[in-house]
Amino acid sequence: MPISEIIFFVILFVSLYLQVFFMVTFFENRTSLKVPPVKKNELKRYPATTIIVPCWNEEETLATTVNSLLALDYPEDKLHIFIIDDGSTDRTLEIAREFEKHPRISVFTKENGGKYTALNLGLSHVSTELVGCLDADSYVEKGALLEIAKIFENPEVKAVTPAIKISSPESIIQFIQKAEYNISVYLRKMFSLVNGVQVTPGPFSIFRKSVFDDLGGYRRAHNTEDMEMALRLHANHYRIENAHHAFVFTKGPRTFRALHKQRVRWVYGYLMNILDYRKLLFNPRYGNIGIVILPAGLFAIASAFYFMFIIAKNIINTISDKVLQIETVGWQLSFRFGHFDWFSISTQWEAFLSLFLILSTLFIAFLGKKMAEDSWKPSLDIVLFVLFYGYIAFAWISRAVYNTAWARGKESWR
Amino acid sequence: MKAFRWQQYVIAFLITAAIFATAFLVSERLNQVKLDELQATRDEIAIDTLSTETQFSLLAESSCEDIGTPVLSQELNTLASRLSLAENNLGANDADVLRLKKYYSLLLIKDYLLAQEIGQKCGHEPVSILYFYSNEGDCPDCKKEGYVLTALRTTRPQLRVYAFDTNLDLSAINTLKAVLSLKNTLPAIVVDGKAYYGFQSEDALNALLPPPPPPKNATSTATSTATTSTSTET
Repeated sequence: MPISEIIFFVILFVSLYLQVFFMVTFFENRTSLKVPPVKKNELKRYPATTIIVPCWNEEETLATTVNSLLALDYPEDKLHIFIIDDGSTDRTLEIAREFEKHPRISVFTKENGGKYTALNLGLSHVSTELVGCLDADSYVEKGALLEIAKIFENPEVKAVTPAIKISSPESIIQFIQKAEYNISVYLRKMFSLVNGVQVTPGPFSIFRKSVFDDLGGYRRAHNTEDMEMALRLHANHYRIENAHHAFVFTKGPRTFRALHKQRVRWVYGYLMNILDYRKLLFNPRYGNIGIVILPAGLFAIASAFYFMFIIAKNIINTISDKVLQIETVGWQLSFRFGHFDWFSISTQWEAFLSLFLILSTLFIAFLGKKMAEDSWKPSLDIVLFVLFYGYIAFAWISRAVYNTAWARGKESWR
Repeated sequence: MKAFRWQQYVIAFLITAAIFATAFLVSERLNQVKLDELQATRDEIAIDTLSTETQFSLLAESSCEDIGTPVLSQELNTLASRLSLAENNLGANDADVLRLKKYYSLLLIKDYLLAQEIGQKCGHEPVSILYFYSNEGDCPDCKKEGYVLTALRTTRPQLRVYAFDTNLDLSAINTLKAVLSLKNTLPAIVVDGKAYYGFQSEDALNALLPPPPPPKNATSTATSTATTSTSTET
């Protein structure tokens, strides 16, 4: 077997193995996943909670974010909101001040220093049992905090992540993100079921305050403080759960350029944080996060390069053959309508397994949609995701890997 | 809530292995079906060839009309096309594909010889090209020549192109090369017994061939040149 075939075999096997691994997890837990949403008076107790809203130039979305927090189904006296302005240069502070008259809201302002510094300023004033963050470009559904508080009834749980969805997609790029985020609703839940949540995302991840007392506040962490915090929790054997009914909406970047910038930051941060926490990798002491989840992320990045290489090679070969043909004999129509021979269909094992992989990815996309939107209906976002995501993702993956290799990550809020 | 269970790794591994095994088995079975179909086509052509040879042996007692057109039939055309697809699918070095390709080449040589002899005796010289190529990277112009011959097929449907892979390690091909006194330069094209080496453009080949007949006669032997397109473009 030639080396290229062996590499392809290994990549297919590992890709399929990971999908099967999470599918097994899903079917093992399908009964517990069907629990209905938490009702208003269902909780034994309502722990006091502070939500920190760090913001930098968020004049357009801040009011929606804060209003969604005020509308949460949660006892008023148990919920506090801190708006931290990180030296905005637009009307963000002015808008924040308008909310200050509300007894549950406190506003702080400071010189611009990065998101983690804004979060730490908020943390230094928190005295509640639970504390969380909500990015100022996101907003929450009414029942989100109830869902999360329910999971905190288990004293072992130190942090709970929500189910994040894209709000009102308009551009193609946002529709692609919609499918991607729906898939992540499924994946986050599966990760939590195997104790492998790798990110406590900015939109509405809630922690026990004791976590910060024990482990310290947020760090710069290559501009991905949410991932560093999750890895730090795992490094200290703290449990992170996911509330798959706790829906949070976020505004995805509208253009490819903006999305590319955001994702380069994420993937770069992902790689750098894994380097920082490499002791977790393949270490059974840390469970599935070290054995499956983090290696799977690295594997996905490596295989993206392999597949892009193969695709680019095929495209270049096809184009150069066509150019040679046109140069030699001019334009020739090679396709004949009504002429089909089943011999032209590949019957190699690679073809069947690739098809299986595509179908299982589609199944996961639908599963994510079911979990996020309670619907199996095919939709445009899934089609766009399947067609284009692999290609556009490679753009930021390759850039982020380049940045990591040369340690060229840039400071950026978003 | 589960944390770390070895059983889960094992179950996932077994399911993945089962999926792979199924893919291998289905692939193996379908590939065998393809090869069986190729062999069936080959057998049909072999019978056709034998039939024409027999007819030719009886030529002394038969009229040229009874023999009709030589054997290079739709089946041979299909075999060439499917062999090319099988080469892409199963690999050019697959033992079964190589065996079928050798057999196909033998049938081509037989057809060429028969067509020559029938043509001489019945007085209708077939318009044919013998094309010797390699697709192992040692013939940079072979791909271009393949495009030219494929294009010729569309403008000259009565043209017979017999394409031979010189890397096939088939003694009959080597003998044919020796009979034609061919050098080892590729691509090599033989028209009317004369060899031409290196890339020959469509115009150059048209100049070597007799002018095509009017369109009304152009349909009966339209199958022959398809063998070139597939073999030469691989």
